[in-house]
Amino acid sequence: MEALRTLIEHYNYVVTILLMVTGLYIMVARSNMVKKLVGLAIFQTSVYLLYLEPAKIVGGTAPILDPDYTVYSNPLPHVLILTAIVVGVATLALGLAIVVRINEAFGTVEEDQIFGPDRDR
Amino acid sequence: MSSVWPHLPILQVVIPLMGAILAAFTRRGATAYAIALAASLALPFVAGAMLWQVLSSGPISYAIGGWEPPFGIEYRVDLLNGFVLLLVSTVGAVIMPFAYRSVGLEIDSGRQAWFYSVYLLCLAGLLGVTITGDAFNAFVFLEISSLATYVLIALGHDRRALLAAYQYLIMGTVGATFYVIGVGFLYLLTGTLNFVDIAARLGDAPPDRINAILAALAFVSAGVSLKLALFPLHAWLPNAYAYAPSMVTAFLAATATKVAVYLLIRLFFSVFGQAVDFAALPVGEIMLLLSIAAMFVASIIAVFETNLKRMFAYSSVAQIGYITLGIGLANQAGLTGSIVHLFNHAIVKAALFAALGCVFFRLGSVSLADISGLGRRMPVTLTAFTVAGLGLIGTPGTVGFISKWYLAVGALDNGSWLLVFLIVASSLIAIVYVGRVVEVAWFRPANSPAVAEAADPPLSMLLPLILLALATIYFGFDTRLTAGVASMAAEMLIGGLR
Amino acid sequence: MTLPLSPESLLVLAVLVPFLGAAALPIFHYIPNLREAVTLVTAGMLLLVVIAIATPVMDGIRPEASGFEIVPGIAFALQAEPLGLLFALVASSLWIVTSVYSIGYMRANAEPRQTSYYVCFAIALGSTMGVALAKNLFTLFLFYELLTISTYPLVTHKRSEEAMRAGRIYLGLLLGTSMVLFLPAIIATFVIGGTLDFTPGGIFAGKADATVLAVLLGLYVFGIGKAALMPLHFWLPAAMVAPTPVSALLHAVAVVKAGVFSIVKIVVYVFGVETLVQAGQSGWLTAVAGATVIAASVIALKQDNLKRRLAYSTVSQLSYVILGVAILTPLSVLGAAMHIAAHAWCKITLFFAAGSLYTSAHLTEVSQLDGIGRRMPWTMGAFTIGALGMIGLPPTAGFIGKWFILSGALQSANWLAVVVIIVSTGLNAGYFLPIVFRAFFRPPGGGASEAGAESDMPREAPWPIVAALSMTAAGAIALFFFPDVPLALSKLMIGAEAWTTTGL
Repeated sequence: MEALRTLIEHYNYVVTILLMVTGLYIMVARSNMVKKLVGLAIFQTSVYLLYLEPAKIVGGTAPILDPDYTVYSNPLPHVLILTAIVVGVATLALGLAIVVRINEAFGTVEEDQIFGPDRDR
Repeated sequence: MSSVWPHLPILQVVIPLMGAILAAFTRRGATAYAIALAASLALPFVAGAMLWQVLSSGPISYAIGGWEPPFGIEYRVDLLNGFVLLLVSTVGAVIMPFAYRSVGLEIDSGRQAWFYSVYLLCLAGLLGVTITGDAFNAFVFLEISSLATYVLIALGHDRRALLAAYQYLIMGTVGATFYVIGVGFLYLLTGTLNFVDIAARLGDAPPDRINAILAALAFVSAGVSLKLALFPLHAWLPNAYAYAPSMVTAFLAATATKVAVYLLIRLFFSVFGQAVDFAALPVGEIMLLLSIAAMFVASIIAVFETNLKRMFAYSSVAQIGYITLGIGLANQAGLTGSIVHLFNHAIVKAALFAALGCVFFRLGSVSLADISGLGRRMPVTLTAFTVAGLGLIGTPGTVGFISKWYLAVGALDNGSWLLVFLIVASSLIAIVYVGRVVEVAWFRPANSPAVAEAADPPLSMLLPLILLALATIYFGFDTRLTAGVASMAAEMLIGGLR
Repeated sequence: MTLPLSPESLLVLAVLVPFLGAAALPIFHYIPNLREAVTLVTAGMLLLVVIAIATPVMDGIRPEASGFEIVPGIAFALQAEPLGLLFALVASSLWIVTSVYSIGYMRANAEPRQTSYYVCFAIALGSTMGVALAKNLFTLFLFYELLTISTYPLVTHKRSEEAMRAGRIYLGLLLGTSMVLFLPAIIATFVIGGTLDFTPGGIFAGKADATVLAVLLGLYVFGIGKAALMPLHFWLPAAMVAPTPVSALLHAVAVVKAGVFSIVKIVVYVFGVETLVQAGQSGWLTAVAGATVIAASVIALKQDNLKRRLAYSTVSQLSYVILGVAILTPLSVLGAAMHIAAHAWCKITLFFAAGSLYTSAHLTEVSQLDGIGRRMPWTMGAFTIGALGMIGLPPTAGFIGKWFILSGALQSANWLAVVVIIVSTGLNAGYFLPIVFRAFFRPPGGGASEAGAESDMPREAPWPIVAALSMTAAGAIALFFFPDVPLALSKLMIGAEAWTTTGL
């Protein structure tokens, strides 16, 4: 009972973890290279959520100094995640570029078609 | 000079970064090469000056933009990362003369400018990871270097290089993301991202927080272990090294994994060392187990490989096992062995892959069957290769012996004779695969026209190779720089342990 | 006699000269006569340097020279002491003789790759000097490994499938034992004893108990694969595929001698005879060494290939040295040191004779040797002298070593050792005397038909070969009548040892 209540109270973390695991599963279970990248993107997005959720302090307001307020939300994780998003975008772009070249070189982006007949030696 | 001196830490990263941008604007490969050469040659002096300063007056702390830590990002140079900075910059500098002809052959001329630009980005990233004192900044630089690495590998001439780059991209990004998750936990626990500050605030770990701390430790270890190719997270390495351009393999083998090891050591000893009682956790045992698995399994796979670059890639996985063995031992001698092996293995592997690059330059192949009798045709190359091979085995009089010595003494200090025998037994396997290559190259007759026409490569490629081979012997005798600094660094790190 | 060079620089020179020679040789690759001259000059210079160091050492001085400290507490260093100098004298004197022999052999058989042969030979001798003159275990280990590596191209000189296979066994066994057994022993010595320097009286005095000493001794004795203690001996018969001068010098003098020399040096200067006696280590080592002596002799009886018979004889004789050390009395240790010298001169004579038989008559098997003594009297005469030396009869040098070992065994009532020595002497006679008998007292026929018809009868070998084997045979006898130098050096080595050990 206690466990269920904790889960429901922290529903945001449940969603985060579900996204994380979904992303990882897609990477492992799908052989299409573009889909793997999708999984990677989902995985990275869940990590952004992981950082951002605790940034909202309970009862905190926007982080702009004002004499009326004493509790502010934490802006630092947002800054960090902006950086991480940029890195993520770059990774995705690079990954897709490599996939395009793989398609040109091998004629397919399905891993089991590439590794099946042509044993990687 | 005095206006430059306090800014050396930022110069270490800015020089290659600016170089990369400049090179990106050029069209001609030769101009880009000149920029890369200039940047690479300047860096060892910067790193050397910083290490000298650390040795004489203690750690350097540099606040980026004047923002004091822990609010701003801090670059902090102490014995450990000063040593690694010197290593990475020196390897980058030594490999540049080699690159001119090697890259000229293996990359098409339209892409060479981009190649050098991305190479400088990679160098900047690696140096940044090493020098930074901020956990998230380390992630950023780690990804800079990794993304650059994916590009460099994908530029290999064989189409399987693309697959290798893709596989490395997937695994590497997962690793980096795990690291970020771990850093997230650390931030939530302490409210800061600065290594020194985290260590101070984690302090003696209040018992209600221990789960979060352990979770953070687990995630960062897993993430960084992927980057350093700890068995069994090494699957990306053999293909990446085998299909990348020769100069890239030589450079990466000597630097990328070493920087990841540095990060692991930093996290284990400096950040978590006080908070977590490592003696109570199985971390040491797990490291030892995985290291021994790496040492044996990877070496045995290497024996059966016929592609020489892949053979020595597996050999790298095994050698990284030695380094993590020293970390697992976590005593003075063991950790000294780890840190000194960072340096020693880097020299040896750079030499080996440079030699293979020379072979590829002349023969167009790095298959064992194709190098039969090559010793007589390319004597300088193959002699340097043999010397580096002896260094890999750990013959006394070479650097490999020094590392093995410290690791074995570390194992004995922990009372484990078994580990000593395992360490030397795995060197035996190295004798088998190195011996095979030496036998085929020197003691068999030449059987192909390509070999009959081969000759030693041009001096620009030979000189770095000879230098690295000589270093393999020199640092096997004069260990004041390598083992001397390593043992001081180890002492400092162990002192921070609970 | 005042020397222009200090003993310290002579020490460095002793190790450096062969390497310098090796570096100079390739220059004369296209002028074979000059090339051979370089080898001979280098060997001659080395002998002079070693003799020059011998004088101060016999007077009690121990010159040393140090280089880098590779690990705090362990330096790359050389030191001249009596046992090392004995070994250095043996090796350097025999190098000249073997070079003369090599020239004759290589030219008569038109062997390929002669320059790399002489270069590897020089490097091997340089490494041998390094082993002999090492001040600590690290330096010894370094040159020991260099010796293995530099002799590999010599063993595989013929480059045939058989030679490459033998080379793999050679390299694999020697590098394997040294890395897996010898190296851990060295590391453990450093951790327990605190130093790797050779110290009179040993490093372990009071620091380790009997079990640890036993384990370490075992690791050393089996880890030093060059001493060919059974069951790690089979690299030696395999290496017989090499050209005979290689077999002669390296496997009868330098390589195997480096092995037993290292064992004697480690027993005397790392463990200390006193320490080992107190820890009761004599028993098992005597048994193992004794077993090797007998087993190798028995196997030798069954060998028809002459070089293989000689190889097993070497295995057996090496274990005499180990036996002498295992008995752990001053007399027997002295005998062990003497036997290093004696066996060297006698065995090299035998190998030279075998090579001579191959070169001029293409004979390799014992069964082919009927009546050859009449055709090649010098060769077989020298062979006889060498054989007598192996059996241990006066007036050959082999008698002296055996005599002292036997005395030491009797003194400490080590009956196992006494029995082993007596039985093996008989066995030695059993596999050497028949050869002598066949050669001189049987009519030619049998395998000699290979050498051609009556008109094409084998003659004596070329003069460099005959000169060399005459010199070594003469040396084997001279050593019996004038044993002063080796005897003095051996006495100096054990001089510091207390003469009041048990059994005296």
